[in-house]
Amino acid sequence: MSAVPVLAVDNLSVEFRTRSGIVKALEQVSFNIGKGEMVAIVGESGSGKSVTAYTVMGILDAAGRVDSGSAVFGGLDLLQARESALREIRGREMSMIFQNPRVALNPIRRVGDQIADVLLQHGGITRREAPKRAIEMLARVRIPDPERRARAYPFELSGGMCQRIMIAIALACSPRLLIADEPTTGLDVTTQAAIMDLIAELGAEQGMATLLITHDLGMAAEYCDHIVVMHAGHVVEMAPTAALFANPRHPYTARLIAATPRPTARLADLVSIPGNLPDLRATVIPACRYSVRCERRKPRCEQPLPLVLGDEKGSMVACWNPL
Amino acid sequence: MLSLIGKRIISAIPSVIGVLVVTFVLTRALPGDPAAYFAGPAATPQAIEEIRRSLGLDKSLPEQFVVYISDLARGDLGNSIATGQPVLTEIVTRLPASLELTLLGLLVSVLIAVPLGVLAATRPGSLIDHACRVITTAGVSLPAFFTGLLLVYVLYYRLGWAPAPLGRLDIFYSAPNTVTGFYTIDALIEGNFEVFRAALAQLLLPVTALAIFTLAPLARMTRAAMLEVLNSDFIRTARAAGLPKGKIVYGYAFRNAMLPVVTTLGMVFSFLLGANVLVEKVFSWPGIGTFAIEALIASDYAPIQGFVLTMAMLYVTLNLVIDILYIVIDPRVGFES
Amino acid sequence: MKATWKHIRYVLGENPVTLFAFALFGFILLCAIFGPWLAPYDPLTTNAAQSLKPPSARHWFGTDALGRDIFSRVLVATRLDLGIAFASVILTFAIGALAGIAAGFFGGWVDRLVGRLADTIMAFPLFVLAMGIVAALGNSVGNIVLATAIINTPLYARVARAEANIRRNAGFVEAARLSGNSEVRILLLQILPNILPILMVQCSLTMGYAILNAAGLSFIGLGIAPPTPEWGILVAEGAALMISGEWWVALFPGLALMTAVFCFNLLGDGLRDIVDPRRRT
Repeated sequence: MSAVPVLAVDNLSVEFRTRSGIVKALEQVSFNIGKGEMVAIVGESGSGKSVTAYTVMGILDAAGRVDSGSAVFGGLDLLQARESALREIRGREMSMIFQNPRVALNPIRRVGDQIADVLLQHGGITRREAPKRAIEMLARVRIPDPERRARAYPFELSGGMCQRIMIAIALACSPRLLIADEPTTGLDVTTQAAIMDLIAELGAEQGMATLLITHDLGMAAEYCDHIVVMHAGHVVEMAPTAALFANPRHPYTARLIAATPRPTARLADLVSIPGNLPDLRATVIPACRYSVRCERRKPRCEQPLPLVLGDEKGSMVACWNPL
Repeated sequence: MLSLIGKRIISAIPSVIGVLVVTFVLTRALPGDPAAYFAGPAATPQAIEEIRRSLGLDKSLPEQFVVYISDLARGDLGNSIATGQPVLTEIVTRLPASLELTLLGLLVSVLIAVPLGVLAATRPGSLIDHACRVITTAGVSLPAFFTGLLLVYVLYYRLGWAPAPLGRLDIFYSAPNTVTGFYTIDALIEGNFEVFRAALAQLLLPVTALAIFTLAPLARMTRAAMLEVLNSDFIRTARAAGLPKGKIVYGYAFRNAMLPVVTTLGMVFSFLLGANVLVEKVFSWPGIGTFAIEALIASDYAPIQGFVLTMAMLYVTLNLVIDILYIVIDPRVGFES
Repeated sequence: MKATWKHIRYVLGENPVTLFAFALFGFILLCAIFGPWLAPYDPLTTNAAQSLKPPSARHWFGTDALGRDIFSRVLVATRLDLGIAFASVILTFAIGALAGIAAGFFGGWVDRLVGRLADTIMAFPLFVLAMGIVAALGNSVGNIVLATAIINTPLYARVARAEANIRRNAGFVEAARLSGNSEVRILLLQILPNILPILMVQCSLTMGYAILNAAGLSFIGLGIAPPTPEWGILVAEGAALMISGEWWVALFPGLALMTAVFCFNLLGDGLRDIVDPRRRT
């Protein structure tokens, strides 16, 4: 990791107020992303990976509230910044792409115009230049026949094509950080690889940092330098990819790796993770939220979680009884 | 797009046929002897026989239908007993009065309902949101004729702000030369602002009564559609791209939310044309509604038939216009599969 | 079942407005049933000496041009107005629900026929069609009921069709089919009970519209003949007096009309929240 990270999230806690009580969706989440790095946040549905991304982008639901922590990006704490300052940063220095690209684009606006909207907002270009620049962006995300595609509506394009448009919108202003929230969900397998290759390649070209949110540990391993494992709103482990796979220290990480299909493994070798996520609405939540599912639980696990730093640079595990 | 519009126009044909059949059946469903009905209450037996033959009521039903259609094709809707005039002439001279009222009512209603619904949706739980909910529930519960009467009492009798609810123009003014038949527009064409003001003053109360009645479904739909669109994925994308709030709410969300609102306009028109009849009665408005009510009381059937037919054709046409508007503004129409 | 009650209690607790609507409905129902006995005066007896008196302790809502007590007339009218609305909604329900379910369940020509008929009715502005029907069939209460029922039928048929169509191949229908039930039997015993709650919501929402429609028809002089007290007629009787300042003659029957319609609209919205929370707007 480089000396000054592009994004430094520290001690982030987020709550949601719902009809059935307060949900502690994130607790003391910390991680860094360096320049040009590709970092994955991995976890099951409901582990808080998307909430983390939304909080950083400042597009959390009205029901969500940042309880504590900071997210420093380019010297500015995003969580304290004014909405107007955030709007300047979003789309220009920090962008995001989403899952299900076909519904993530405005259905009744031509895709070229949607790219042009962002360029006009942040790019400091004239109304006349915008369409040309939009077409250039389409060409950069490898869309064939960009002049014609710019005039298309999202419903006329495939899911993979729409995700390329999303990437074009996100990268239009050459941001320093891209957050990709499950960017391949809803796409077929061959398209998935093409989209991930495109993100990796364009990221490397621009020296852009990428935060990949995914439930697919295999994909994280293939593309990312560093992996952050989340469970029920906690970061349970993080480590450089190779180290994580070679020597997982948190019991949950080990289970997750064992549950991930690999070319060398047979189906019978796959294991599932027992139990479910704990109910985060409860007034008393165990200090270690994995303890209810854990085979290595000890009486000590009821005490507040330790953050054990690993030997590797930037590695950490939150467990009293690590592997 | 043109072929889509063409297809939509062709698809209106069954509706038109349906309307023709129903109006025909309604005439033949008259209890007792239709000839006696058409002849009026004071007719002699010979006169009734005469009418039976002249109306072709001695022929078979299919033959009568053919006659009915060919009469319509020639613009013959029969004669009004009360005035002795052809029904078509009566309707054509009165239609602009009704249309001016209806269209202005719709305009006012849209101009209030749409911003109200948008404001309520962008500020959920706020005072304006609650106000919107109260107005939409109370608005549909207020019969337009009752609202009209209340307005007359308060704004005419009590406060004296509005002119007497007696027709399109105060008797001190003479009507402008007919170009469109809309007094307000015709007065403007003539450059006669005094008559324009007088005509507008007469329109004020009936238009308000109509607008209050039709406000509710429009505001309700706008609010619901805006809420749904604002929660959709593409709005999240727009926010993540750092687009300003105004661009997101009006450029992105509003245009999408207007699509379902445009489709409810059809229902709103159905409400509006019905309420129009009642409001015309309250304000002695010389439109086709008042004409029909007078005919109903006199059991003068040809004008009623002409009225129902005209209103239905008007409604079919309005629905056609709404659908064509939808085809123009939504690029997805026709590409669903 | 227990869960349903819990849900109803939850919705009512969350939404006191619905509770209020239920209470108001009970009150209106009592007026309709006991109105003729509760009325302080005979609604038809004229009294020239008492003509056009403003509201007072003797005549709460004042008197009309013939000296009749408006409070008694409004109260007694409740039964007729509610009766017309109930009768027409029941009729609509019977025709619309069956036609719609048959269309959704059988599809094919039944569906096309029902759809075509519904489209034809919907091609008219509904109140205008009702005027035409009453004018053609004759001026009577029965025909007002019929006209109101006819114009509301397409709405029911559409809802019923959509709901039946979703369920035509549902698991419980297939199970009934496999155990040898006839299609008509499945329709009546499996499909109908399943979509009844949704149709009941529609009923409540249409009640308000039916009351408005019937009152509108009598306001322009169709259907019910004076001196029978009916809210639409009562408003019509007071209409001309508004210009000369005798506001009470039209105001009170109008308020009664408004309250009843308001009550059914609130009730419909509340029932929808209970039956189908997803459609809440």
